[in-house]
Amino acid sequence: MKNKLLLFVLPLSILATQSFAQGSLLDELGKDEETIEYAKYSFKTNRIINMHSLENTAEGVLDMKISHRFGTIDEGFYDLFGLDAATQRIGLDYGITDNLTVGVNRNSVRKAFDGFVKYRVLRQSTGKVNMPITLSVLSSMAIETQKWSDPTRENYFSSRLFYTHQLLIGRKFNDAFTLELAPTVVHRNLVATKAEKNTVLAMGIGGRVRLNRRTTFNAEYIYVLPNQLADNYKNSLSIGFDIETGGHVFQLHFTNSTSMSEYSYITQTDANWGKNAIRFGFNVSRVFTMYDAKKRKK
Amino acid sequence: MKKVFFSLLALVATFSLSAQGKFFSKDANVAFDANSPLEKIEGKTNKGTLVIDAATGKVESAVLIKGFHFKSALMEEHFNENYMESGKFPKSTFAGDITNFSSVNLKKDGTYPIQIKGNLTMHGVTKPVEAKGSLVVKGGAITNGSAAFKVLMADYGIAIPAAVKDKIAKEAKIDISAALQKLVK
Repeated sequence: MKNKLLLFVLPLSILATQSFAQGSLLDELGKDEETIEYAKYSFKTNRIINMHSLENTAEGVLDMKISHRFGTIDEGFYDLFGLDAATQRIGLDYGITDNLTVGVNRNSVRKAFDGFVKYRVLRQSTGKVNMPITLSVLSSMAIETQKWSDPTRENYFSSRLFYTHQLLIGRKFNDAFTLELAPTVVHRNLVATKAEKNTVLAMGIGGRVRLNRRTTFNAEYIYVLPNQLADNYKNSLSIGFDIETGGHVFQLHFTNSTSMSEYSYITQTDANWGKNAIRFGFNVSRVFTMYDAKKRKK
Repeated sequence: MKKVFFSLLALVATFSLSAQGKFFSKDANVAFDANSPLEKIEGKTNKGTLVIDAATGKVESAVLIKGFHFKSALMEEHFNENYMESGKFPKSTFAGDITNFSSVNLKKDGTYPIQIKGNLTMHGVTKPVEAKGSLVVKGGAITNGSAAFKVLMADYGIAIPAAVKDKIAKEAKIDISAALQKLVK
């Protein structure tokens, strides 16, 4: 009888221990601690085309950008679809922290220098912190340094200054699609005529569709609210592709804007898409890692 | 009565056999290394999980791809976006057995070389792999474990474009090492 008990208990105990071994060992550790998962890589660079994107330059990274906008394609073969004429911009962006980027640029249009500060206030995330959008604030100031059009007139230095303030609000909906809105104020100390407003309100909209691992289709449009600019100025519209090759991102696009400075492509775009007055352009971005941010924090 | 006692003893004994227990880590160091002569490509995380069952010699491990940190932010972006596609395949896991676990004597302190055989899942692809490693036994417990894997990127459907094929090693090394604790239920 008691032997039978032993026979009964022994397999039971083996069964009991084996039941522990069932299933995944990892499951026994319990659930992973919930962490904040940021929505990263909403755009391939910190610009959509002309507009700032939701991305910042990572801490300790220097991003050198060289950009060209060519002449309008409507002259045809005579000036090789605009390639004979080019405006240039060279710029350096630097990530002070992952959320704070500063940059300086020189733009050949009106010989403008500009500098910007971009701060990410909210960052889209899931997990421990659920934040549906990214929100950044961009402030940029530009100085036009070309000679006064009328040197005999009394000219003030302040007349050379332009300010742009933008909120960049957007969401990476999924790996393929990101959308961004940018309510914008541009202030110009000097305007050509009384009919033009010194302070101009605009709304930018931009987005990207990821076509494959290394290519995205980008588009942006800046709607300037009516009755603020002279009639010859148009809204800036640009479409193009980001192509990434190892260390570089090439942004190839068509746009009706000549300048790549915020104040200028928003308020000084004078070419008309409807009349084929569009230009080919590109931005090339090359990043240099100045220091390993995460290592330094340790 | 005596036999009841013995049967209970047997019960305790079989439990204690498995009560050698399981040893785990939630902060295992995992290093991913695709170094080539032209470029240093090295990602690291200390958020790997590892469990060893000392009763069976089974071992399991998991790591979040997004947790890997590279020295350059761009390299990290490419690792996630272009190669591992961490949005689609967030986790990499391994489950297998220590094939020579019988040679590990938990009653004797020391470092034991081990051989591991199992399945590695990475980039959504599961393949059998073998690895060599070691276990450190101290005071009847496994206190440290480590293993080194070699994986061919192509096996896991990770395509390396021709333009950068000389910069990235075709075979990546994955090293895992951890200080282990006893799993207490």
